[in-house]
Amino acid sequence: MARRIWWNKRTDLTREDMLSWHKVLYKKGWIAPQWPEEYGGTGWNITQRYIWDQECANAGTTPLIPFGLTMLGPVIIGFGNEDQKDWVLKGILSGNDWWCQGYSESGAGSDLASLRTKAEKVGDHYIVNGHKTWTTLAQFADWMFCLVRTKNDGKPQEGISFLLIDMKTEGIDVKPIITLDGGHEVNEVFLEDVKVPAENLVGEENMGWTIAKFLLGNERTGIAGVARSKKAVERLKDIASSEYIDGENLINDSDFNSKIADLEVDLTALEYTELRTLAKESKGEGPGAESSILKIKGTEIQQRITELTMEAVGHYSNPYLTPAFERQGSNYLTIGPDYSHGVAQNYFNTRKTSIYGGSNEIQKNIIAKMVLGL
Amino acid sequence: MDFSFSEEQTLLRNTIQSFIQDNYDFDKRQAIVKSEEGMKQENWKQFAELGLLGLPFSEEDGGLNFGSVETMIVAEEFGKGLVVEPYIQTVVTCGGFLRRASASIKEKYIPGIISGEDIWAFAYAEPQGRYNLNDLTTTATLDGDHYIINGYKSVVSGGPWANKFIVSVRTSGDQRDSDGISVLIVDKNSEGLSIRDYPTVDGSRASEITLENVSVSKDELIGEEGKGAELIELIVDETIAAICSEAIGAMKVLNDATVEYCKTRKQFGQPIGKFQVLQHRMVDMFMQYEQSVSMTYMVNLKLDEEYAERRKAASGAKVQIAKAAKFIGQSAVQLHGGMGMTDELNVGHYFKRLSMIENSYGNIDHHLKKYSSAG
Repeated sequence: MARRIWWNKRTDLTREDMLSWHKVLYKKGWIAPQWPEEYGGTGWNITQRYIWDQECANAGTTPLIPFGLTMLGPVIIGFGNEDQKDWVLKGILSGNDWWCQGYSESGAGSDLASLRTKAEKVGDHYIVNGHKTWTTLAQFADWMFCLVRTKNDGKPQEGISFLLIDMKTEGIDVKPIITLDGGHEVNEVFLEDVKVPAENLVGEENMGWTIAKFLLGNERTGIAGVARSKKAVERLKDIASSEYIDGENLINDSDFNSKIADLEVDLTALEYTELRTLAKESKGEGPGAESSILKIKGTEIQQRITELTMEAVGHYSNPYLTPAFERQGSNYLTIGPDYSHGVAQNYFNTRKTSIYGGSNEIQKNIIAKMVLGL
Repeated sequence: MDFSFSEEQTLLRNTIQSFIQDNYDFDKRQAIVKSEEGMKQENWKQFAELGLLGLPFSEEDGGLNFGSVETMIVAEEFGKGLVVEPYIQTVVTCGGFLRRASASIKEKYIPGIISGEDIWAFAYAEPQGRYNLNDLTTTATLDGDHYIINGYKSVVSGGPWANKFIVSVRTSGDQRDSDGISVLIVDKNSEGLSIRDYPTVDGSRASEITLENVSVSKDELIGEEGKGAELIELIVDETIAAICSEAIGAMKVLNDATVEYCKTRKQFGQPIGKFQVLQHRMVDMFMQYEQSVSMTYMVNLKLDEEYAERRKAASGAKVQIAKAAKFIGQSAVQLHGGMGMTDELNVGHYFKRLSMIENSYGNIDHHLKKYSSAG
């Protein structure tokens, strides 16, 4: 599964809602601080970018859609040809092109290299056939960057290519997958005889695995989500200050309070681990396999926050208040405090974070192999 | 010690298993959850026909006079099917109150439960009270031969389906005193009672209830005025025992489904169940389940013990079940990967129910405190 915006009440946001902050930043020239300046980056150093992330989280800005900015952008900058650098990067920066990630398949999850969606070169086109799944926000996407099989012999990793596919092409069918929290973020994408111009290949044919790994490495560094988690802990504290236990505020309950403290200590450790990673990166080292730590600890902390938030609201974690339900309701009996709405759904939804972007089990395998040499 | 079940008990279990098989596969359950009413009256009628609604009532009251072990069996099997019909709310909780009421109340209300005519819900929680059963701002004052009730009750489980409520109220004393609490029967159609119904995240339904000068006859009082706290705690412990039983049923389904999935799901050229790290996780799930079964048996056998013993049994069981519910629920989703996150697969729905059981009638912190102060 691709990474997603775990802290948001996503289902009520439209495509335009999700892009509104993007458009503001694009106008200002601040949309891609992590890109080199020549491609539209801001030229900020690591500290400045860190402050920027922190401030955005503090202000509670709508999270940016990461597929173009965080995932594909750096790939194109590193592996794309001049033509691709021009049109792909422009579309990402302006927000005109919404990208989705065509990686996972029903038979290729943790074992991504076993993917079977096939691309056959016929003249100056590839003909793509197959099935992608867990494709986040594909229902809004104009384009998909897609891993396809172009060779069947040899190691499975050696026959993968990286293609850019226009979602309007004939033969593409997007079907929603509803998740256990009732939301629609992920989809299945069926591809039947989809004609893709050969110039939409990124890098060389059969070097897709190298690109895929590069992209996943980038995905992991962004995934720690420290600033957003800090904000979510503040919110948790606010809730605990509004809730009561035996006439006292819940925040003053020693059991609950030490759980928050424990969470904050974990988060501080993660913050400094991320800073150390960034410091290395600024010297041109990495991101190495260590970045798997950021993914594992970052997602565990996100999950823990949603868990404690659900615990904090007590009985009012039970109501399932969909936007449709709230619209039809009258005001004479409100259902619990506003801050309790959606906390259980958020908890359920956030379980995905230890599954997507390379499951946490896979991340541990990476550390065991690449860092510890086991 | 002997933990085996009698022939009669096994027969009861088989009866419910075949009911679930015939009427409650996952698709049918989802259709019920998504229906406008959210439960199926036909199932309720079947419960009545099978005698399940009369299980704990004495023969004198028209029931089968079964004990907590039989209730455990029913709840456990219902847990396996994620049954939403409010059996525990009506029969175990409200039935528990009625069984201890005066002869005239028993006569008036128990037949309606046994026949399936009436559905009941227990309105006890209040927004400020969290899990403290004694933290009550809903008041009842005697005016002639009627009580006048004013207050607010939150997240009343099964409220939309109920036509009768048992309501905990304060008749004297301060907000959190154990003295001064009373238990009243309130009809849903009472003047001054407003209700807002809603779905819950685990596929059930609940209500918010406002009581504004609701008048009930003093004959609707269960037990003695002002002395309700002890009775409420007893009934809640019996309810906890039933909810723990439901939970072990749900855990069993999740554990079996997870092991089966890991045996068949292949990645890296082999079933993922061959990976030791997943094997150990499933062993931990299995151990959590076994420990939960043990605690569930224990609490169901100790409900009639003296207070401190019962208190520790109920709180201890609830703590174990909450820990296991979280671990097993989260692990089952994790090991199913993306599939575990879908609405389409049953796994997520068991996870959601178990997540709500975790905090139902008190979370881990609440029950650890109760346990350690029980002496």
